[in-house]
Amino acid sequence: MAREQRIQVTVNGKAYDKTVPVRLSLADFIREHLHLTGTHLGCEHGVCGACTISLNGRSARSCLTLAVQADGAEIVTIEGLRAADGTRHPMQQAFHENFALQCGYCTPGMLITAIELLQENPNPNEQEVREALSGNLCRCTGYQAIVNAVLSVARKETTG
Amino acid sequence: MKPAWFDYYAPRSLEEALRILGDAGPDGRVLAGGQSLMPMLNLRILSPDVLVDINRIEALNRLDVGADSLTVGALVRHADLLRNTPLREGWPLLAEATTQVAHPAIRNRGTVCGSVSHNDPSAEHPSVLVTLDGTVVIAGGAGRRELPAEQFFTGMLATALEPGEMVVELRYPRPPAGTGAAFVEFARRLGDFAIAGAAAMLTMRDGVCEKARLTIVGMGEGPFRAHAAEEILTARRIGRKDHQDAFAEAIAKVVAAVNPTDDVHASSAYRRHLAGVMAARALETALARTGGH
Repeated sequence: MAREQRIQVTVNGKAYDKTVPVRLSLADFIREHLHLTGTHLGCEHGVCGACTISLNGRSARSCLTLAVQADGAEIVTIEGLRAADGTRHPMQQAFHENFALQCGYCTPGMLITAIELLQENPNPNEQEVREALSGNLCRCTGYQAIVNAVLSVARKETTG
Repeated sequence: MKPAWFDYYAPRSLEEALRILGDAGPDGRVLAGGQSLMPMLNLRILSPDVLVDINRIEALNRLDVGADSLTVGALVRHADLLRNTPLREGWPLLAEATTQVAHPAIRNRGTVCGSVSHNDPSAEHPSVLVTLDGTVVIAGGAGRRELPAEQFFTGMLATALEPGEMVVELRYPRPPAGTGAAFVEFARRLGDFAIAGAAAMLTMRDGVCEKARLTIVGMGEGPFRAHAAEEILTARRIGRKDHQDAFAEAIAKVVAAVNPTDDVHASSAYRRHLAGVMAARALETALARTGGH
């Protein structure tokens, strides 16, 4: 049985054709094979949320998905959030304006999770924002600013 | 934090999957959502020789909301349940429990059948399946068999699945009119593994409890069905305002019957206490939801 398989994936709009070990996680594929190191790895067992990416339009833990499982998939990572002209995504702008990052380690997962929340529920209240982000740990404990940032996008208060 | 080597198969049909699983025997594992299996592989709690990824088997992605029953196939994700309005209206207990399964990204990938097959003592779905008198449909090399939920769960992280078999479907009968149900759980942080929880379902007719179901989560061995408490409540007149005595007797039976283990999250005594609190909250809420909805 081959321990490597060929996969074709689209990441941030760019097509890749790679041969990967079958036991490689999608997170390690994104970081070490595609060199997109914006996706962070914290716990590697699904608890911390730092590695959250968008997989076929839904948020997913890239540490709990194998790279071979992503064959044929469309992936968006934090590097794919900016517009082609470099303009920040409104959620990135809101994080910037609300001081919603300290060390920045949790930020990629927070952004992907927050963007999905507003796609499903454009007008969440504070409790709903906190519930949606409950699976993303911020070890700086800067949650209040993060919640404020998400709410500011929902209320269209950001300038971006 | 990397899995040990395994042979990886991604078959396109159930027949092929079952053949590979059958050949692998006890060394094979089914990979569906991966939200429990992948952590165990990363932590090397498990290191199977063969992984059978069933995500490419379209026939398993089946969610049928029927007049009499609900069918949930092996690729249905937790989030799929929450996005289905007829399901949420017909099986509110299942929906309420599913909102409490982990976090959004986990619910997007993790499957209901996977949670049932894993039978983590703190998981929601095994207890809901027992409470709703559900059925587990199992496929293997020798064909299909069906088991009532209560017979499927055999202990901590243990089920009646034999090597080479997998859960292909769950069936949940539609609760009758006059039924109220509730799922509650207690965790240190929203979405964490529950320290304790309870699923309750009461079917009332003219103020009398026709049928009572009460299952406790987090007691160490998978779903704990509180038979003695159910017997106290069944065929009893339970008023909206004068139910306290009946509920107190039922809860006393729960607290006496559970036998939780000590672990890093909670002592046995605390879990026993929580079993009573969770049962009380679930029963109160279930009763309030009977009729009029």
